[in-house]
Amino acid sequence: MNEPIRRLSVLALVLFLILMGAASYVQVLEADSLNADARNVRTLYREYGNFRGPIIVDGEAIVYSTPVDSPFNYQRTYVDGPLYASVTGYYSIVFGRTGVEQTENSLLNGTADALFWSRLGDLFAGREQEGASVELTIRASLQAAAAEALGDQRGAVVALDPRTGEILAMVTSPSYDPTLVAGHHTPTVNQNYQALLADPTRPLINRAIAGDTYPPGSVFKLVVAAAALEAGLEPGSEIFAPKELALPQTSNTIRNYGGVACTASGDTTTLEDALRTSCNTAFADLGMALGWDAIEAKALEFGWEQKFDIPLSAAVSQLPENPDVPQTAMSALGQYDVRATPLQLAMLAAAIANDGELMTPYLIRAIRSPDLQVLERADPSVYSTPMSPAIANALTDMMVTVVDNGTGRNARIEGVTVAGKTGTAETGVGGSPHAHFIAFAPAENPIIAVAVVIENGGDLGDEATGGRLAAPIARAVIEAALALARGQG
Amino acid sequence: MATVSELRVHGGRRAELVLLGLAICLAILARALVDYHADYLVLSRLGVFAVGALALAGAAHLVVRIYAPSADPVLLPAVFALNGVGLAILRRIDYAYAARGRETDFGGTQTVWTVVGVALFVAVLLLLRDHRMLRRFTYTAGIVGIIAYMLPVVPGLGVEINGAQIWISLFGRSMQPGEFAKIALVVFFAGYLVSNRDTLALAGPKVLGMRFPRPRDMGPLLVVTLSALVIMVAQTDLGAALLFFGLFVGLLYVATERISWVVLGLGMFAVAVVAASTIFSHVAARYDAWLNALDPEVYSSGRSEQLVRGLFGMASGGLFGTGLGEGRPDLVPFAESDFIIASLGEELGLTGVMAILTLYLIIVQRAMRTAIGVRDGFGKLMASGLGFAIAIQVFIVVGGVTRVIPLTGLTTPFLAYGGSSMIANWIVIALIMRISDQARRPAMETP
Repeated sequence: MNEPIRRLSVLALVLFLILMGAASYVQVLEADSLNADARNVRTLYREYGNFRGPIIVDGEAIVYSTPVDSPFNYQRTYVDGPLYASVTGYYSIVFGRTGVEQTENSLLNGTADALFWSRLGDLFAGREQEGASVELTIRASLQAAAAEALGDQRGAVVALDPRTGEILAMVTSPSYDPTLVAGHHTPTVNQNYQALLADPTRPLINRAIAGDTYPPGSVFKLVVAAAALEAGLEPGSEIFAPKELALPQTSNTIRNYGGVACTASGDTTTLEDALRTSCNTAFADLGMALGWDAIEAKALEFGWEQKFDIPLSAAVSQLPENPDVPQTAMSALGQYDVRATPLQLAMLAAAIANDGELMTPYLIRAIRSPDLQVLERADPSVYSTPMSPAIANALTDMMVTVVDNGTGRNARIEGVTVAGKTGTAETGVGGSPHAHFIAFAPAENPIIAVAVVIENGGDLGDEATGGRLAAPIARAVIEAALALARGQG
Repeated sequence: MATVSELRVHGGRRAELVLLGLAICLAILARALVDYHADYLVLSRLGVFAVGALALAGAAHLVVRIYAPSADPVLLPAVFALNGVGLAILRRIDYAYAARGRETDFGGTQTVWTVVGVALFVAVLLLLRDHRMLRRFTYTAGIVGIIAYMLPVVPGLGVEINGAQIWISLFGRSMQPGEFAKIALVVFFAGYLVSNRDTLALAGPKVLGMRFPRPRDMGPLLVVTLSALVIMVAQTDLGAALLFFGLFVGLLYVATERISWVVLGLGMFAVAVVAASTIFSHVAARYDAWLNALDPEVYSSGRSEQLVRGLFGMASGGLFGTGLGEGRPDLVPFAESDFIIASLGEELGLTGVMAILTLYLIIVQRAMRTAIGVRDGFGKLMASGLGFAIAIQVFIVVGGVTRVIPLTGLTTPFLAYGGSSMIANWIVIALIMRISDQARRPAMETP
């Protein structure tokens, strides 16, 4: 029986060699692809052990990591969490990352290529690997002013520096505290997250850039006006503005807000006055006269239908596809299938403010290595030039009249010329309208452009208009920006 | 003659003592590392563990020295090394679970089982002075084995844990009678085959140039084998069925030296596998989970999630591992039982897995060596059967985790958490050592 036993022991040897080969394959040959697999939470866990860099606003860390006695080594702390949640997002052991925590992850955790030399230094010095710090363009005072003015109404505020494209404020309401999901106790984090998900006001949604896009309403008239000016009209040009405009091919008519006429007498008004009073019939007719292609071309230059990564991904602001004549009329009023994010509306204001040049919006001013050397610094760039300086100036003048003695009077600031445009967008049957306001100031030399969007009438309900509800919020943000500029000057 | 026997008088007990010392050092060091990394290192407690481990190994060694002086000197140290590493990793897994708020005491419980296991090892060596005594219980062992396999399906006694009906509940503790039945069936096979090997091999009709045994010679063997297989399949304990079938074919081959039967057996096995995967949906699902483990659909359906998470664990260990206490074994399901090799792979790396596999290989080869050395046929069949059983068992469970074969549940001898397995395997080692004592005993001393 010895011969078969020998053979059996050879077979056993072969079985073990197979196992050794398989273990080598899994642990060495296949290891890289397994470790890179998105389903492998282990990589994430390892990352949590690193000292993560802070996120900085106005020179102060609003998000930072502190060493704690837990398997994850560090606890992420959010100062003023709800105020900055729309920008920072959260960093959760259970639910991953969002916001800047996600987009700048490799820099924050120190694994980015840009940090290679820093890592090498840490290795030789025997220091723990540290992540870079991310400096935001957000200004604390503007962010706070916007959040306070917005209160607990559902909506968003975006403020831009029209000269550079820096995002000075990005507020969404209601917000949430990232601390709730950044804890290390999984059941608690789970429970908090489920509560946030179940909240009917949807606090996890960033309404400023990535919520539902909104019909921009009358704010869109600025795009139509820009197209009209480019087509050769002047601010003083007389345009058709009846009390009621019958839409061709349908039995519908377009009326003005409250059913009032746009002019005291006659059926015409100037382009300037039509914008000042936000005359629907005039712009509907103007839109049909210009044709959809002209309006669409202008809107595309302002950034519609374009994906912006600031570096957070902003939702695409949409335009209708091949609208017929009555649909074009509705689209010219910012209704029908026209949609925009608050960021897009702020960009519209910023382009007019910056003499017709639209700067690419961005949120990150600089990245610094752990030893405070600048690794990357934002480089402002022109995204497009939707209009000439002359047209931009004409539009600015028209927007100034909107605030001086038009629908945007609530945004007036003593001693400063503010340019603005209201919008009150219908939301369909039963819902109160969305209130919009976009503005920039000072009109002669703008330092801030701001867009405010309040969902479903905010505190005013059916009585809400862009002028009543949104304009005061824009004013608060502009005042904060002016105060900041004075303080620095 | 005298000089020759003088050379062989050394039973290797001194070598065993030195190797045992190394094994115990390994166990203590591993335990110290685990405690240190979990910030639980208390020297007095480590001292108690060290003294306990030394006492246990010393006791086992002394018993071997007195009652099996010529037994193989490598087996005991290899087993102690495995067992020590197993205790360390279980303790490590306890800490990992504790960090996530799950209270377990695998390490502590397994330590108790180790003591019980060594006690049974000692008891077997004390009580069983000659392995040939077992041959008297050939048929008893066969019946006992089958009954033991059937116990878990007895209502009120059996309990289902994690989808397999292979546990029974006794005095509030669950145990796996299958682990012990494995030993009984080896005894039955060895006893039956050694009595009937000639008739099995030589008598019988020839079909297609192959000689088949007469039904009356083959009958009892087939009855036991088929009933065991049917029970295991009914319990969805496919790992055990695979182990059992491999053992059966292996021993049949050793006894009859007929390779054609092995071919026949493997052919039947292949047919059974294909049939099972088409008839039983859960077998087909397991197949799918094995072949397409990384497929997102299969993964997200949860079928291959365990397997893939084990692979992630092993991959993160790489060549040298994260180090004891530095990995995340708690991320792998059943890290303490079916996937213990993944936990070890993560923290000890490929190096550690290779070392562990080598220890098993040493045990298996020593058992085979014993089978060749021992003079009686029953001893040969038993030693090679027990050794081959360990080899298949390790292959099934480690091969399942490393995706060589579909995953089926089996315990990893001496490593995985579980009292039945621990005790049964210590008895297996005692039996092999008892046989090897006979095999290596100087010829003139044999009665």
